[in-house]
Amino acid sequence: MANDPIHQFQISKLVPIEIGGLDFSFTNSSLFMLATAVGAGAFLYLTTSSRGLIPTRMQSVSEMSYEFVANMLRDAAGTQGMKFFPLVFSLFMFVLVANLFGMFPYFFTVTSHLIVTFALAMLVIGTVVVYGFWKHGFGFLKLFVPHGVPGVLVPLVVLIEVISFLSRPISLSVRLFANMLAGHITLKVFAGFVTSLSAFGAVGVAGAILPLAMTVALTGLEFLVSFLQAYVFAVLTCMYLNDAIHPGH
Amino acid sequence: MARDTGPDETGSSGPGDQGGNPRGDDLEKRRRALEAAIASKRPEPVPDERDPKTSGLSGIGYALRLSSEFIAGIVVGVAIGWFVDRFAGTSPWGLIVFLLLGFGAGVLNVLRSAGLIAEHKIRKPDGDGSTTE
Repeated sequence: MANDPIHQFQISKLVPIEIGGLDFSFTNSSLFMLATAVGAGAFLYLTTSSRGLIPTRMQSVSEMSYEFVANMLRDAAGTQGMKFFPLVFSLFMFVLVANLFGMFPYFFTVTSHLIVTFALAMLVIGTVVVYGFWKHGFGFLKLFVPHGVPGVLVPLVVLIEVISFLSRPISLSVRLFANMLAGHITLKVFAGFVTSLSAFGAVGVAGAILPLAMTVALTGLEFLVSFLQAYVFAVLTCMYLNDAIHPGH
Repeated sequence: MARDTGPDETGSSGPGDQGGNPRGDDLEKRRRALEAAIASKRPEPVPDERDPKTSGLSGIGYALRLSSEFIAGIVVGVAIGWFVDRFAGTSPWGLIVFLLLGFGAGVLNVLRSAGLIAEHKIRKPDGDGSTTE
């Protein structure tokens, strides 16, 4: 375990459930998804339950996260975008709390699995497509035709724009997943150096100071990445929703 | 090229022609017009207190973001090309064409997320005139 940097991403079944030949087991991933949702919800509920006019420290954290996401959405998609605030705020809090939970030792990082982040990204793109067509009908397809393009180039530009649109869920999910996966592996590898070096006696212990310092620095970096990736995910969600609300550019 | 007293490449002697070299002037004018057109397509350089390009640690996030945008474009292009080939039996042309298109889409993604194309305009807080709501 100590020197296997991949072991932390293994899925283990906690409660095996099988319905109709399909595996619906409650895994450690499900457990931490549940913990993330409950943790984020409980934090927001408990900290705002007193509803002080002068907020306590924790209440202002909740209010700041609300303001942060609300401003982000309003800047990117205008006031009309505010109807998507529950979606964007839930996504932001889920990703952020899942990333931060992953920073606890021995905890499972939900967002380090591609299928989880891909499901989140498909939720975003699905919302964009469904809302775009529901609101604008086939006018939503104007998204793929930027104006001012000469007639001859339109088919080419439309093809490129369509591919660019289709690549959005992939880049959105791969970015989050790759950041979390790479960060946790790097952290584990450097932490593993400390134990393997200290097996070589006094010289090894002295040499282990270097990877130990690196591990400490990487932990700080990982906290930054956790926040940054949640932020990037939410910002891009806002931008894509903006496309659904205003497809004509 | 700006001075009309020196000899130019056209071989005409002396600074006698008042309007300068007509072809050079035309080119110059067109170049200016093109520059203006490109500048108008670019977004306004907004002074941002947290510039992602300069700060050390979040620069990594920026780099990962751009690279993932680029790779995603190519991956989607290849996937579409592969499926087109599989169902239309046009191997390998679908893959070739859609790989190139995917490359274009990847470059477009990168330029867009680097903010070099004025695409996602910042909306005004009080709506922007679309009255469909």
